[in-house]
Amino acid sequence: MRRVVHIMPDMVFIAVAVITIGAAILALESRELVYGAVALAVSFLGVAGIFILLDAVFLAMMQVLVYVGSIAVLIIFVVMLVRREKWVSIPAGKERIMGVIASVSLLAFVGFVVLGSGLTETFTSTATPPSFFEIGRQLVTEYGLTLQILGLVLALAVIGALTMAKVEGIRSK
Amino acid sequence: MEPLSSYFLLSLVLLAIGIYGLIAKRNAIRLLFAVEIIINSATINFVAFSRYLQQPVITGQTFSLFAIALAATEAAVGLAIIVQAFRLNKDIDVLELKRLKG
Repeated sequence: MRRVVHIMPDMVFIAVAVITIGAAILALESRELVYGAVALAVSFLGVAGIFILLDAVFLAMMQVLVYVGSIAVLIIFVVMLVRREKWVSIPAGKERIMGVIASVSLLAFVGFVVLGSGLTETFTSTATPPSFFEIGRQLVTEYGLTLQILGLVLALAVIGALTMAKVEGIRSK
Repeated sequence: MEPLSSYFLLSLVLLAIGIYGLIAKRNAIRLLFAVEIIINSATINFVAFSRYLQQPVITGQTFSLFAIALAATEAAVGLAIIVQAFRLNKDIDVLELKRLKG
């Protein structure tokens, strides 16, 4: 399989990465929760773009289908169901500072380890990526049992969610 | 093609953003956002590391597919819990949800 993106992969990568990270920050920091949900969908789309840059076209398609198509829409529905005006201004003083400290220290620590580990020079793959037909073969041979258990988990989770969200006595209003 | 470390750093930044959200936010839906961001950073790592092997394999993409499916179930159950908590408490501030504290 040939590479999908030929032209200037550096610029494309930087643009997609900036969109992904910026949308992720906006999802957590936006004033209105609905805008945050839309920004989260944009961030998911950016991750799908990263998958395309990594020659994982099928996975990018599944990402758009599952995340942008179902999870983001589900989140937007729930946000509209439970929206309240009070959330527009929740003061977050001490927790925000603690969060910034924790995430920046994690970023600095792991980032220095990675940049000092020689990962930068050695790993640039020029080998041809494997075809995505291989995913289907793996799903029915090596990971067939995993796939069935995953289907079971999915069914149970949907049943559980429906049971939990069921309204008791909605008819006797 | 970019070196592996650029993809790794991107996923690291997403992980840091998600951890910041988990610590700093009190709205339950924002916590769900943060968890989804962290899962996305993990799937980027799976795909990038399996792509950059000497002989690239597809197993990372298969695992990412499983992770995406599990994230879908997690979002469904989490949103059901949030709706139920909102119905019971009229609020989804996670610091206010301490009925199970005992």
